Amino acid sequence: MHELSIAESIVDTVTESMAAYPGARVLEVRLRIGVLTAVIEDSLQFCWGIATEGTALTGARLAVTTLPVVMHCGRCARDVELEGVQSFRCPRCGEPATDLRQGRELAVEAVEIEEAG
Amino acid sequence: MTTRIVELRRGILKKNDELAAELRAQFRAAGVMVLNLVSSPGTGKTALLERTLRELRARGARAGALVGDLETDNDARRLGATGVPVRQINTHGICHLDAEMIGKHLDGWAEVAGENGTELGGLDYLFIENVGNLVCPSSYDLGERIRVVLLCVTEGEDKPLKYPGLFNSADAAVITKTDLAAACEFDRELALRNIDEIRPGIRVFETSAKTGAGMEGWLGYLEQLRADS
Repeated sequence: MHELSIAESIVDTVTESMAAYPGARVLEVRLRIGVLTAVIEDSLQFCWGIATEGTALTGARLAVTTLPVVMHCGRCARDVELEGVQSFRCPRCGEPATDLRQGRELAVEAVEIEEAG
Repeated sequence: MTTRIVELRRGILKKNDELAAELRAQFRAAGVMVLNLVSSPGTGKTALLERTLRELRARGARAGALVGDLETDNDARRLGATGVPVRQINTHGICHLDAEMIGKHLDGWAEVAGENGTELGGLDYLFIENVGNLVCPSSYDLGERIRVVLLCVTEGEDKPLKYPGLFNSADAAVITKTDLAAACEFDRELALRNIDEIRPGIRVFETSAKTGAGMEGWLGYLEQLRADS
């Protein structure tokens, strides 16, 4: 249950970034979250309400894009998306997935803001 | 009023990652090999460490430990009895350790270690025993060189499949309490296959901290890590 810590870190990250946009109100925060982070979106949404309470982000929506694992397959000489997280092998040729290129992201991609004028 | 999209592209755990990178540089400069032990509660992280710390000490290596728990300093007292410097980190409800907690608990470590020399008391090894949890610690870099995941024979052989995020993030795995394997009808081949399915090619050790079985291979690995660093 680390979603509360994650939600608080999102609030900090966005609040810091918004210092450059005085007077702007955040309507939506867009996240990119890799499946290997084991962040549960429902829990995160629940914690988001708690973490934003009493902050400038109160009422802002949280939009989550979940990213699958992508490995670089040396044998196929290309990046390949894994079908799930139950087998870390190239789905095309079976090569072990030792070089992951995606799946651990925990990032604020963008925010939608409302500005005066 | 106008609305628009502002691209941020910022890591949510950027602060933790930056702190962890600083710690890693500090550990490297001090010449200390840092290992982060992760597992579910009750797999025997403390028991493995007790035996490891004693054996390393007997071999003349200087080791220390930071041990994380929600509450109590029971583990620190157990580990402290081995005669090496140990500090307890109580997270008071937080389900994982983060880089800031590690940094704070390293303050003044030299006095604790009772050694002269570097800031980290001239340690060869620092073991971080994470909070027992197979989910949350996976996203928090502590500045360690090696992350070790433990799997106990009393757990299901499918733990790696159930918690791929953590098992996939590990550099080595230890199957613990092997003295109980027969009583638990532990399917060793299946467990090894599942570990390899989630983290192909990872080094796996099989130990009993109680009988000492398998400790030689584990200690050899630790010595090799030091030699290679």
